[in-house]
This record gives sequence, C-alpha cells and structure tokens, in this order.
Amino acid sequence: MLLIQDLTKRFNGQPVMDGFELTVPTNGFTVLIGPSGCGKSTLFDLLMGIVPMDRGRLAWQGEDIPDLRALAAYMQQRDLLLPWLSLQKNAALPAELAGTSSALIAASVQDLFRILKLEGFEAYLPAKVSGGMRQRCALARTLMFARDLVLLDEPLSALDAITRRQLQAYLLLLQTEFNKSILMVTHDVEEALLLADDLLVLTAPPMRICERFRLKAPKPRNMAHPSFLEMKARVLARLEEEAGL
Amino acid sequence: MTKTYLIAPALLMTVLGIWEAACRMGGIPAFILPPPTRILMAAVSQAPLLLPHAATTLVEIVAGIGLALVVAIPLAVVMHIRPAVERALAPFLIASQAIPVFALAPLLVVWLGYGLASKVLMAAVIIFFPITISLLEGFKSCDRDYRILFDLMGAGSLQALRRLYWPWALPYFFAGLKVGVSVATIGAVIGEWVGAQQGLGYVMIQANARLKVDLVFAAILWLSLMGVGLWALVGIVAKRCLWWQNIQNGS
Repeated sequence: MLLIQDLTKRFNGQPVMDGFELTVPTNGFTVLIGPSGCGKSTLFDLLMGIVPMDRGRLAWQGEDIPDLRALAAYMQQRDLLLPWLSLQKNAALPAELAGTSSALIAASVQDLFRILKLEGFEAYLPAKVSGGMRQRCALARTLMFARDLVLLDEPLSALDAITRRQLQAYLLLLQTEFNKSILMVTHDVEEALLLADDLLVLTAPPMRICERFRLKAPKPRNMAHPSFLEMKARVLARLEEEAGL
Repeated sequence: MTKTYLIAPALLMTVLGIWEAACRMGGIPAFILPPPTRILMAAVSQAPLLLPHAATTLVEIVAGIGLALVVAIPLAVVMHIRPAVERALAPFLIASQAIPVFALAPLLVVWLGYGLASKVLMAAVIIFFPITISLLEGFKSCDRDYRILFDLMGAGSLQALRRLYWPWALPYFFAGLKVGVSVATIGAVIGEWVGAQQGLGYVMIQANARLKVDLVFAAILWLSLMGVGLWALVGIVAKRCLWWQNIQNGS
C-alpha cells in the first residue's frame, strides 16, 4: 500500500497542493479524475522526486520513503521512444541500464511483446509503426522497469478513440496479469470507470479529493451495462459541479 | 516542378556565358579577368603543377578538421556534463571569437614555421568553436521528458550521454561540421598566404604576383572543388550516422 500524507507544494506562493492525502492499495487500480490544470501532473512530479515537495510524507508497505524513484515506473501521454532504437531495444532500455543480463532481458521482452501483440515488430523503428503500437511498446518499457508501482499520467490521451479502447484492455493487464499497484490520471470518465477500483474526483487547486467512488463491478466491464451508465452519470454530474457548471 | 534540378545548372551556364561573352567581346584583357573557358583550360593543363599543392592544402584542411574535432568533442561533453565548466569557459570561448582569427595567421607562422603545423592550427582554430557550440546546443536541445525518463531509469551521466544525448545531438553536430568543413578551407589558405612553400594558397600568391590571373582562378577552382567534395563527404557520413532519420522520413 502506498500512503501519501500532508503533501504540500506552493509555486510562487500559490498552493497547488495543501495537505493532500491519498492511499493506493496494493494491486489496486486507483484513478484520479479532475478538471485540467488541477495539479495532477505536479502530483506525479512530486511523487517521482522530479520536483521537491514543500512538506509531506510518503510510505510504501509501511516504510517511509523520500520519493517513488526506486519503486515506481512512470508512463506518460507521449510514448518517449527513442527514434534511433528498434521497438525491442526501446522496451529493453530500463533493464539494460539497470545492468540485467541480456539473455534475461531478451526473454522478458519477448514475453511482453507476445502479450502486447507486438510480435514480429521487434526490429521496427518507432516511426514505422502506429501510435497505438508505440504506446504499447512504451507500456512494455514501463513493465521492464520491474517495479511494483506504476504511475500512469494520461497514458492514452494522444490516441484515437478506437485505439484507446484497445489499449485500455492492455492497461488492465497491469493489474490482472502483472500484479502491479496502479495510480492513473485521466480526463476520460469512461476510461476511469472501465479500469478503476477507486475513482477519486479532484478539485481545482489547491488540489483535494472531493469525492470517492468505489467500483466493485468485475473487470473487464461492459460500457453498455445500466449500472455502468448510471455510475457514469453520477461521476459526470460531480465533475460538472466541480467545474461550476 | 519535375525539372527543378535543372535550374541551378542553367543559372550557372547563363552566368558563365555572360562572363565569357563580356571577356571575348567586351575587350576585358585576360590578365584582368580571363574568360571561364581559359580558366578551365588552365585548371586542366596546369594539373601536374597544381596536384601536389592541392594535396598539401587538403592534408592541412583534413588535419585541421581532425584537430578541431579532437578538441571540440571532449570540450562540449565536459561542458555538458559539468555546467560549472561551461560557465567558467563560456566567456573565454566567446571572447576568443571576437579576435579576428586571420590576424593571428602571421603570429602562427612565426611560432610554428612555414610548414604544415601553422596552417593546420589556423584551420582548427577557426572551426573548433562552431563545432563545439553546435554539439553543446544539440545536448541542450534534448527534451525534458526524455531526460526525466533516463533519470528515472537510473542512468548515470555517461550512460545518458551515450544512449540519449549523443544520438540526440548528432544532427546538430553534423550541421556544425558542415559549416566547419567549408570554413576550414579558408583557414588553410590564409595560413598559406601569410607564409608557405607549398599549397594552393601559395600558388595563388605566386601567380598573382606574376599576373597569371588564369592560374589564380584555376587554383580557386580546385579549392572550390575540394571544398564541395569535403562537404559532400560529410553529408554522406552524416546520412550513415543518422540512418534512423532517413528511415523516419520514409526513404
């Protein structure tokens, strides 16, 4: 379990976060949703130690830690694949830099490419494959970090609607197949409802959780199911309220 | 659109044609401005004379580029990895560019003699700066999110340099090198003008003094061809090193 307590950050005196609290259960899929500019990306920068926090406490499995650098893998909206490396080499990069043996790396990447349907494209350069494949490769690279926690910062928002649906199924594998604990930020209510165990609605800065939805329905979920539609209406209503509509 | 590649040669032929006509019919004496055909004939017929001198100048240029690279690449790398070094050296590097380098040529000849060394150094001094700066700018242009990615992957600064910054900066480096290659020719020739016993610059000074203007032009023609050749060579090397860009652009 990841525990975030009293997280506080000011930029030029303006509080972006003031005493922010959050728990991410082990092997849980926690999703944050909120108005744009509410400070979600700052949250990830703080968690990863990219930007120092003013105040706050982080604990993983009961142990205090300064940041999640050594614990979490981080995936963004941009695939950030190196254009001069093949898909295979891009995915292998974290393990390679960590000094893992190349035989071991090759086997893990091969496994991941089979699961993520990238088989046969190992030698392709990123520029030669579709956006969906690039993002799947970025997902493979995220898994090659071999970390328990995965932070997803709007990982699918650059993709078209159909590709997005496909990728959502792959994101679910993070939880079901790879037993990760996941913290994701998204703007897409349906995406959040498809994937989340805990769906947390955020307020405008200073960022705070204003509502929490516990989603118990088994996954994969059906978007046409009445209970799904009802939940979607509730979440949308809460978001609109938060946006002052 | 289909024949745009013919525009440049056509333009060249037109200019040369006007030049030729002006010399032949306009009564410009050949010792002031020889017509292009005469320059071409001189360039070909004087080849046995020009060849050893051209070889000397080429060696000076190539050695100058080599020396500049040996200084510029480590300098840019150190300034990139240790920003303090950049802050310490940047004022001096920029100030060094304010010195008219050609004014140094006579001094270099005094210090290093009439041989190759003074010309090699002259060429190197002129081009190491653009190469250093372009490489450093290339390192700096690296996207923040990629830097963070490498940081989170736990890459050390040498690993990040080799796997991220170096390939990222290569296009900038080659852009700088292309400029450098053209300018290195000037450096070598100026060095030869000031004091030399060999080289195309030496030939030009000697021929000029004897009003053999066609030979001066022939030497210039040879120099230009060498410059174009080196430039094309850098282009080929760049294309090979940046193979992934060619694939990206769909060729």
